Amino acid sequence: MALASTAVGTRRRRRGALAPAMLLVPTGVVLLAIIGWPLIQLIIISFQEYGRAQVFGRPPEWVGLQNYIDVLGDPFFWDVLGRSVLFAAANVVLTMVIGTLVALLMMRLHRFFRLLVSVGLLLAWAMPALTAVVVWGWMFDTQYGVINYVLSLLPGVDLIGHSWLIEPLSFFAVATIIITWQSVPFVAFTVYAGLTQVPDEVLEAAQLDGAGAVSRFRLIVFPYLKSIFLVVTILQVIWDLRVFTQIYALQGIGGIREQTSTIGVYIFQTSLGTGDFGAGGAIAVILVIVMMTISLYYVKKSIQEETL
Amino acid sequence: MSAVIARPVPAPAIAPAKGAGPRRAMSTARLKRRLWGIVFSAIAVVVFLVSVFPVYWMINTSLLPNNLIRGPEPHFWPDELTFRNYELVLFGDTRAPFLPALGNSLAVTLLTVMVALLFAFLAALAVTRFRFRGRKAFILTILVIQMIPGEAMIVSTFRVLDSWQLLNTIAGLTLVYVATVLPFTIWTLRGFVNGVPIELEEAAMIDGCTRTQAFWKVTFPLLAPGLVATGVFAFIQAWNEFLLALVVMSRPEMMTLPVWLRTFQQATQTTNWAAIMAGSTLMAIPVIIFFLIVQGRMTSGLVAGAVKG
Repeated sequence: MALASTAVGTRRRRRGALAPAMLLVPTGVVLLAIIGWPLIQLIIISFQEYGRAQVFGRPPEWVGLQNYIDVLGDPFFWDVLGRSVLFAAANVVLTMVIGTLVALLMMRLHRFFRLLVSVGLLLAWAMPALTAVVVWGWMFDTQYGVINYVLSLLPGVDLIGHSWLIEPLSFFAVATIIITWQSVPFVAFTVYAGLTQVPDEVLEAAQLDGAGAVSRFRLIVFPYLKSIFLVVTILQVIWDLRVFTQIYALQGIGGIREQTSTIGVYIFQTSLGTGDFGAGGAIAVILVIVMMTISLYYVKKSIQEETL
Repeated sequence: MSAVIARPVPAPAIAPAKGAGPRRAMSTARLKRRLWGIVFSAIAVVVFLVSVFPVYWMINTSLLPNNLIRGPEPHFWPDELTFRNYELVLFGDTRAPFLPALGNSLAVTLLTVMVALLFAFLAALAVTRFRFRGRKAFILTILVIQMIPGEAMIVSTFRVLDSWQLLNTIAGLTLVYVATVLPFTIWTLRGFVNGVPIELEEAAMIDGCTRTQAFWKVTFPLLAPGLVATGVFAFIQAWNEFLLALVVMSRPEMMTLPVWLRTFQQATQTTNWAAIMAGSTLMAIPVIIFFLIVQGRMTSGLVAGAVKG
């Protein structure tokens, strides 16, 4: 870290030549040791033949780009990637739409009902991801699940004994419900906070000019909240694309691994399950690059804020 | 979005006013508004029920005897209230005992909070109260690190910890969690320190304090709420973390609560849902309480870049 004091020497700047370095040492050491070093290791290992034998001491062999070629040539990898992207897309769209609708609803509600909605959303948001999966798994239980029971009350429907997790499509439907249920609160609260910033006069003027609810949202509210929508969407994309806990735990309750793995789970299985650390490393590097690209905007936005 | 732009859709609340006389229009408009009010309130109740039901169902199931749960009809409230499930989870003789896992979770989480807060506090001071070359680069690095998916890092994290003999140790997992929560913690604390005007310190220095004294006596007390909020955030993160705990703490006696919950589910072969729900409740309650304390700050911290932009 270069800490030579800058040309313009105010009192603060000159005195603080060494102090900030000392203050940054603990953070620097931890991040270098636990993030930086493993990241370098990850990149190295992705260019090596590294399997069970190497874990037990045989020196790894350099194979150049072979791991990447293998991974990118494996149709199963593309299955998993396509599945992850589709799944994330569905979740992001659903979460954003429902979250925005709930936020708009909260604007229209009287105090008591707004409080009611807020409390409900907070509880859903606060549930740890793993407990959420376990509870929803119980609600969707084949034999004694409350959802099968309630649906079977409908005339002509008999779902007792129906397994929601065995078939990939309905497995992902359940996963989508769980993830949307937990992500809507963040979107709703954030958009709601943005909505309260939209000046009332503008909306009233538009209403007097005959703009309906839909065009008011499209022409006034949306432009006002554009950057909020962008950042929230990016965060959702990042979170949903790298989803691990929900899928992994749901597979434990009753899904078929091969047909339901997303990219995060796939890395875990390839590396620690199958023991092919080289291929797992290559997939991981690809995932890191994809994530970095997507999050560029978020980082840029945050940095702009910082320089102001 | 459709290509048709700016075609004014007739507003339902206003449209009738054009046809009927002023007084009647007023009352229809009011009637409509009241009707919409009822509809919106009804939707609000639905949103509330959908959000709360899983949480309620978890607690409800945890309070019912296991044989009732496996009946043909679900019990929608705990009409045969029992605490047996909690007893079983806490003191029962299972292969996956709860209390050691709780101990591990508490140790790792509390250590993480303390170390992360201390380190992040120092770093936040450096980037807010000093101007030095590399400051922006440091902040950029922090933000970028936050975006590296942990899923991608598990293998190398595992190997690096292994080479340092830190697998299956409280210290090892704590170290990993500290690194995981540090970026966000620094970022949030930075905001809080920025919120305290430097002029306050300068005034104290004019009155004869040294720079360090001025900081500890003036700024630090004002940072208490920020430290609490950030600490709670770190607590929730560490308490809930599942993947790294699964990889780093593979020995049964070193499990943390999330790993325990999953093993417990498999260990009781015929899936004792009542007991699992009791375990879930025990794990979720501290998080829910803490979460309610800090939720406002978490939202604003995450979208700070967007709200002003």
